[in-house]
Amino acid sequence: MADHFWISHFLWLVPVVPLLAAGMLSVSGNSRRNRAVILTLGAQILSFILASLLFITVIRAQGGTEEVVRLAVNFTWFEFGDTALRLGLLLDPLNAAMLVMVTFIGLLICIFSVGYMSRDPNFTRFFAFLSLFSAAMLGLLVSNSLLLLFICWELVGLASYLLIGFWYQKPSAAAAAQKAFITTRIGDLGFFLGMIWLYRETGTLLFYDGGAGLLEQAALHGLATGTTIGGLALSTATALLLFCGAMGKSGQFPLHVWLPDAMEGPTPVSALIHAATMVAAGVFLVARAFPLFAATAGPDTVATALIAVTWVGAFTALFAACIAVAQTDIKRILAYSTVSQLGFMMIALGVGGVAAAIFHLIAHAFFKALLFLGAGSVIHGCHDEQDIRKMGGLRRFMPATFATYAIGMMALAGFPFFFSGFWSKEEILHLAQGWPASPIPFYLALAGTFLTAFYMTRQMVYVFFGNYRADQASSEKASESRPHESPPIMTVPLTVLAAGAVLLGLVATPAWPWFHHFIEGGAATLEFGKLFTAGTLGLMLLSIVLVAAGVGAAWFLYARTSLGTAERDPLERKRPGLYRALAQRLYVDEFYDATVIRFHHAAGRAADALDRFVWHGLVMAVSGFSVLLSRASQAVDRRFFNRGFDTGCETLRTSGGRVSRWHTGNIQTYLAYIGAGLVLLIVFFAWIQQA
Amino acid sequence: MIAWTFLSAFAGAALLLMLPPERKTLARVVALVAAAAGFAGALGAFFLYDRGANAEAFQFVIDREWIPALGIGFHLAADGISLVLLLLTGLIAITGVLFSWNVDQSPKQFLALFLIIIGGAYGVFLSFDLFLLLVFYEIVILPKYLLIAGWGSTNRSYGAMKLTLYSILGSALVLAAIMGTYVVAGIGSFNLFDLADVTYPPAFQAWAFPVMFLGFAVLAGLFPFHTWAPTGHVAAPTAASMLLAGVVMKLGAYGALRVPMPLFPEGFEQWRMVFAFLAAFGILYGALVALAQRDLKFVIGYSSISHMGFVLLGLVTLTAIGIGGAVLQMFSHGIIAALLFGVVGRMIYDRTHTRELAALNKLGLSRALPFAAVTFVIASAASMGLPGFSGFIAEITILLGTWDSVPVLLFVVCPGIIITVAFTLKALQLTFFGNETGQKAAPPLPPITWPEYTGAIILLATTVAVGLYPSPLLDLILNSFDSILMESLLE
Repeated sequence: MADHFWISHFLWLVPVVPLLAAGMLSVSGNSRRNRAVILTLGAQILSFILASLLFITVIRAQGGTEEVVRLAVNFTWFEFGDTALRLGLLLDPLNAAMLVMVTFIGLLICIFSVGYMSRDPNFTRFFAFLSLFSAAMLGLLVSNSLLLLFICWELVGLASYLLIGFWYQKPSAAAAAQKAFITTRIGDLGFFLGMIWLYRETGTLLFYDGGAGLLEQAALHGLATGTTIGGLALSTATALLLFCGAMGKSGQFPLHVWLPDAMEGPTPVSALIHAATMVAAGVFLVARAFPLFAATAGPDTVATALIAVTWVGAFTALFAACIAVAQTDIKRILAYSTVSQLGFMMIALGVGGVAAAIFHLIAHAFFKALLFLGAGSVIHGCHDEQDIRKMGGLRRFMPATFATYAIGMMALAGFPFFFSGFWSKEEILHLAQGWPASPIPFYLALAGTFLTAFYMTRQMVYVFFGNYRADQASSEKASESRPHESPPIMTVPLTVLAAGAVLLGLVATPAWPWFHHFIEGGAATLEFGKLFTAGTLGLMLLSIVLVAAGVGAAWFLYARTSLGTAERDPLERKRPGLYRALAQRLYVDEFYDATVIRFHHAAGRAADALDRFVWHGLVMAVSGFSVLLSRASQAVDRRFFNRGFDTGCETLRTSGGRVSRWHTGNIQTYLAYIGAGLVLLIVFFAWIQQA
Repeated sequence: MIAWTFLSAFAGAALLLMLPPERKTLARVVALVAAAAGFAGALGAFFLYDRGANAEAFQFVIDREWIPALGIGFHLAADGISLVLLLLTGLIAITGVLFSWNVDQSPKQFLALFLIIIGGAYGVFLSFDLFLLLVFYEIVILPKYLLIAGWGSTNRSYGAMKLTLYSILGSALVLAAIMGTYVVAGIGSFNLFDLADVTYPPAFQAWAFPVMFLGFAVLAGLFPFHTWAPTGHVAAPTAASMLLAGVVMKLGAYGALRVPMPLFPEGFEQWRMVFAFLAAFGILYGALVALAQRDLKFVIGYSSISHMGFVLLGLVTLTAIGIGGAVLQMFSHGIIAALLFGVVGRMIYDRTHTRELAALNKLGLSRALPFAAVTFVIASAASMGLPGFSGFIAEITILLGTWDSVPVLLFVVCPGIIITVAFTLKALQLTFFGNETGQKAAPPLPPITWPEYTGAIILLATTVAVGLYPSPLLDLILNSFDSILMESLLE
């Protein structure tokens, strides 16, 4: 079949091309900058073209039918007795859309990085890591096996570790890299255990395998009906373990602590990895394994795993939005906003909307990458300043950055009608409203929507409006310290992303839900009437009111007072206690420092002390006891057995003298004896073999 | 074919001792040739081993009388498990010689002792007569002492003595149990296959199993009999650390798998949970202690305890996949630990003369020695069990086996895995990616030499190759499960 031709011949190339680029870059010297650029961009462009072709293939194969196209190629990695670990590649609408998004945004961010990193001494290494990341992320998307997905998942984590710690001279960056890796590994352990458990229950780790796969009817039925400790269904238990991994990668509470710290990496890295793609891997994992999460023994019940996903997502969405309100670092605000938006995606998954979650993921990838690159441009233009209190009035200095940033902000905040973020959030709210299990996540999401508009407006006011405040902070008023607009290699990607953030909204409005049908099957028709049904219209009005309220409140608070490092935040003036708690990120890090981390270090020190004193002491006690015994026997020997022996000693002494000539105490001589012995040994072995 | 392995090592050692002391480069070349010859023997056996469905598990058998009056024979053979470990020994031999290319104090003696240990290890992996096995086992001990006491660093006489006494304690336990077995079996033979046919009285098994298993497991670093390992590793010169962690610790695990487990199944059943818990706890414990260390070599020494815990855990799961994983972990840990010790001992310590993490942190080593940094990053990733490296395959198979037999232990092992990540990253960051700003420029370090490049690349390539395509080794290990020794075990 022609489609199989596509998948088997080209799908594997999508991740392998950047991998090759990474390999070639890692062995080439630091001075070959042009080659690094050509290799990285070439690989990204090739991957993007391939991904687009695959995407078109899937659209054509789907052809508006109810059936979801799913092509898989599987092979055995290794076998051991009756244990066979198989890997496979998969192409379906879900990952076809993701592939295009990841390669496209990856390409733009690579272009941006060429400008952003131009003065960095480790330019080549940066692009090698970036290519490694792309390869791992694309591999994660195309895998048809939980094991292959896990392998790429870990590689993605490694690449992220390397990139967060890229400027390892900064102690904060080094610490952030470690924190990110360890925190996500904690989640991954759940993933790993869930994987082993699933393998032992079903005997396969392939997602789709012609009816015998993990996510197909037979296996799911067994998992949903089997129970384990506490009457939990097997499917629920394993899905929750997998969800631990997703929580770690996608920064869900309580494993979100690494993501804001990860902003220590170079800004393009924050944009690509910690905003647009890698952090969405957890959402992708849940979407990919959705049949497992949703498996229930009987119809008409809501799967327990999905209830957990919804609550975690809803709580995180609101929690992170609250913290974002009181941050002063431009990138940290965006980071908490990412955590919050990932929470929205989890809500969408939990209430059953895979298409809604993935659409929000893709839309978010565009506008969040845009915002991060915009922030990068601001930081670049303000001479590596990240504190929003020291900015202000930048719209006059950097008009292109301001315009694109404003588009990103409006998309994120959910400004009505013309921005993708509005439509994607609308769909999530709509689904959450109709969730049978509980109405509360819907209200949490509404509160999150309000806060999103609030903190984004606050940031805009701080950064782009008012007067430029760095001059008042530092006395030097030289004109070269003025902020400047970034070069075109940085502003052009911004413009393209901004266009994407707007246009993407067209394919998933209630009037023409093309994306929804693409992911879940069925044909989309254009019906403007759907926009005006009572439920849709009411919800739209509600969210418009909330967004307007958020923007208005922030404008009212911030635009009309003087801001700056010296002044306290207007919110702090009104509610100092609350503001401080939020600024301190609700003390989650402090809590971990005081409990988990302290406990582990104490346990390490205790074990070390045990080793040094108890085990070592025991060994010393035994040896001391032996010495004591030997002293005692020596004494006994002298007192009792030695008399009458002295007479014979003269003879012994003379012979001893002779022997001691052999005993020269010279290591050379010992070795000569060993050598002679060896020769005898070899002769003996050789002889006995022949005998 | 298989005897060629230890014969060439011993011959190399003998030849070295006869060389004039001033011909240092010649001595190195001789040692490298002897190591390569031994590896060639192992590789030859690996390719010639008949993997057919009807083939015997034990091949290349040499069975000669030695001391017929006592039923002692010169009995060599190899199955898949032996072959995997022969390959490991050969690789460590070659890279060990490469990493000691700079030893300038009496290199010929140093290398001769090194080769004797290698030869003894080959012999242990090939002997199927218990007496012969003990002979080879003892051949390893004395040169180990001399190597550490003569060429070691920190606290060397203490470390050497502790290590030797522990080894001798272990082999004394093994010897006592073997003598008991010889008498109780009453067939007048030390032949392992004959002894495995005998059914031993339960009362005898109940004490013989723990004594013998413990005797071997001491050398494998079983908690709480592990304290020889870190001090010994730290005191030893680079090649000896590589050998200790890479091969000598495996002798213990190999012996435990070969002798007490097949001979005393009932005793094993009685004691299994005890040893399973000790092994699993060792994984966690070793990792915790490593987290608290300030000397880089101690970090790696304790990580070896943790990783060898996986080997012992795999053995006591008593499932095919767990034991197979244990053998693979022996290979994998051997390679990775040798690499880590090579980087730390040869590339860093020989140049900077410090292993204190706090001191290394200020040297800006990733700029001064970029190759060492890259090697150490990859080796750390492998040591953490990241996919794509041999450690991942070994750990996943061992954990699958654990899941099948004693799933409760996963709760002990999993925190150990996380802490392994924590201490590895901590050590990596402090050593290479420190904060060198504000320090005065350190004098430039000597560049990495070709033997170091070669040795590091051999080991890196091995762990990646096995990590990506483990089938050749796994198939070989699986082949050896249809033998008289393993069948009774896996019933």
